[in-house]
Amino acid sequence: MDILPPVSQRWTQKGGETVSDDAQRARVATLEAFADTVIPGEKRWPGDRAVAGVSDGGGAVAAGALALLELPEVGLAAGLAGLAALLDERAAWYATEHGLAHDPSVPPFVALPYDDRVELVRRVTAPGHPAKDLWVGLAVFCTMAFDAAAHLHTTDAIAADHPGLATIGFRPPEADGVWRFPRYSYQRPLADQHPDTTPSGSPA
Amino acid sequence: MTSAEHTDTSTEHADVVVVGSGFGGAIAAYHLAVGGARVMVLERGPWLTAPDFEHDLKLGSSSTRIFDFGIGDGMSVLSGNCVGGGSVVFFAAMPRAPSFVFERRGSVGRRMWPAAITRDALDPWYDRVSEALPVSRQSFESVPYAGGLFAAACARAGRTANPVPSAVDVESCTNCNWMTAGCRFDAKRSLLLNYLPAALAQGAEIRPLHEVQHLSRTDRGYRVHYNRVDEVDYRVLGETGTIDAAIVVLAAGAAATPVILRRSEPSLGPMPAAVGRYFSGNGERLNTAVIDDERARELLGLDRGDGVAYQAYQVGRGPCVATWDRLDASLPEYTRYSLEQLFFPVGFGTFLAQAPDATGPGWLGVEKKEMLRRWQSWLTVFTMCEDDNEGVFGPPPATGNAYRISAQTLGRITLRYQPTANTLRAWALADADVKAILERDGLARVRPWSSDLIGAYTVHPLASCRIGDDPDTSALDESHELRGHPGIFVTDGSAVPGALTVNPALTIAALAERAMPGVVAAARRSGIDARYTGTLPTGGTVSARTTPAAAGAA
Repeated sequence: MDILPPVSQRWTQKGGETVSDDAQRARVATLEAFADTVIPGEKRWPGDRAVAGVSDGGGAVAAGALALLELPEVGLAAGLAGLAALLDERAAWYATEHGLAHDPSVPPFVALPYDDRVELVRRVTAPGHPAKDLWVGLAVFCTMAFDAAAHLHTTDAIAADHPGLATIGFRPPEADGVWRFPRYSYQRPLADQHPDTTPSGSPA
Repeated sequence: MTSAEHTDTSTEHADVVVVGSGFGGAIAAYHLAVGGARVMVLERGPWLTAPDFEHDLKLGSSSTRIFDFGIGDGMSVLSGNCVGGGSVVFFAAMPRAPSFVFERRGSVGRRMWPAAITRDALDPWYDRVSEALPVSRQSFESVPYAGGLFAAACARAGRTANPVPSAVDVESCTNCNWMTAGCRFDAKRSLLLNYLPAALAQGAEIRPLHEVQHLSRTDRGYRVHYNRVDEVDYRVLGETGTIDAAIVVLAAGAAATPVILRRSEPSLGPMPAAVGRYFSGNGERLNTAVIDDERARELLGLDRGDGVAYQAYQVGRGPCVATWDRLDASLPEYTRYSLEQLFFPVGFGTFLAQAPDATGPGWLGVEKKEMLRRWQSWLTVFTMCEDDNEGVFGPPPATGNAYRISAQTLGRITLRYQPTANTLRAWALADADVKAILERDGLARVRPWSSDLIGAYTVHPLASCRIGDDPDTSALDESHELRGHPGIFVTDGSAVPGALTVNPALTIAALAERAMPGVVAAARRSGIDARYTGTLPTGGTVSARTTPAAAGAA
């Protein structure tokens, strides 16, 4: 039922945008699939393979996870190609281990069903995994792309209806771009205080 | 006026070099400068003030410039990295530690704290800091929604709950909850508003973006070796320099002070065994609940006034309400803890939260995203219990205290922390208590943060270079002087002997205040013309209750 775009356009970051280098396309697709495993979203176009499409609305990919990961200040950009290759290698082993059918049209991690992607990410981020730090670091920034839009000024992200900030319901600032909440309190006692509270308000 | 003088091509001189400008450093800089010493403060991070503090989550904004997040093995540490240190990034919750804390025996089987220090003995010093910042008792009438909700849930579960004393000026606070990016309204009474400007006014010099690497000896004291740090990319170090001083006050934070000392061993000689050991994460642990708004209305009678019961996680000023029922001196050690309502900013503060009903790992995936859709209904509860001082630092990295990964904030530290059965049991007790309070009658669903990804997690690193009476288990004597290295004092959170069961900033500051008469006396013995004045940054002289003599100071 998948309606695949032409081969030259598969695994690209945006539908219709052609990336000529196969390795680069594979790298992008694998990293997108990783980001989509952390915070899933809806498919960007029919036949989108990197995004599994298990959740409504944009996920980490639509939120800009790859843009964030590629920023030099994050410190992971130089290693992304290696990470993607390593993840695909792991995914190939995983597929063999579980008797999953190989799909040579996409990188091995992208070929995994969503639940298997989750299981593989769980394994490589589990205590004791030798490369755990790398995968956790990758996952941290995928999360930050979604719920913090950390590659964008927050006011710009809100103005552009950033999918992560919109999903979490992040409230907008006042007109000057600064957050203030004039109404903030129930303004009444809601519990008895500890009987031994000292005059300074501290525990005894 | 610059207090340091160039006397040769490279080495400068000061009477006292203070390393770090958080509570331990700022308080030392103030008292030494006002007492007449030439003080140089070296701070690794940048120097930002209110107009620089941005409401922006973009990497490179103030929220990442002033914050460090060090991932260790089993424990990750959040800390300030700027002039003003933790006081600029913290939530300004300032309770005093309960009396029983000072009687703790911990892992060493005898009283951990110096015999001279009890809650009563420390109260006058707590008073001084409370006056200087200032710190004030809070009222439920101005507690933000999240604190109110937690209080109501505690009450319904038969618990008490208290507004937590705070260094926030509630009148000027906008409850924006951007405190960890620095307060652009100066409502948070950080050290930028009291001790540090007062120290500057007395001639102290503060040099930001100066990272101290190690110390060596000179004929008259110590030589402090530093690198300049790039103002944008902290991975990039610039020129080196040295400053000689008779006295060095180390206050680089509990995740950095022991690293500097261990790196100094080849030049200074052996360090006390406790340098870089006995690290405590203040027994910290986090749970995040998702509140059912209808149940909050039905069970707790809450309404914001707009038909909504809660949905206000984003609103407020960090932690404002705690329940202290388990801070009971009659309970056994490792079973006492406080539970405090907390806000944590998105990004690092959402990553580890776990979907309560997830069938697989709760920190990622479909269920986590569904949990994120309800972010405004989150309530995070912070446990501070008695841990076992399990943390040990490994060999120092080449520079700084971390192998920096990102330009700012993220790095790998050499801390190893394997929680003992005591700590694990304390966390389990607290987790069960949080569940009992918040899941009662379906008010919420709650789950602890994942500890699989980066281990445990502390915003209050302590005890890695601690005071004590026993030379085998404490790096510092009760005057905060490093054993075997006269003239080196440590006054930051690393000096605190162990977990406090409450937010530690006021205790760190009170201990620094308490140490100052002794530090000034040591400076005088070194030939520095300085005296302890007993003044406070507000300019007022101390009240009878807060005089050092009344407190029995050295």
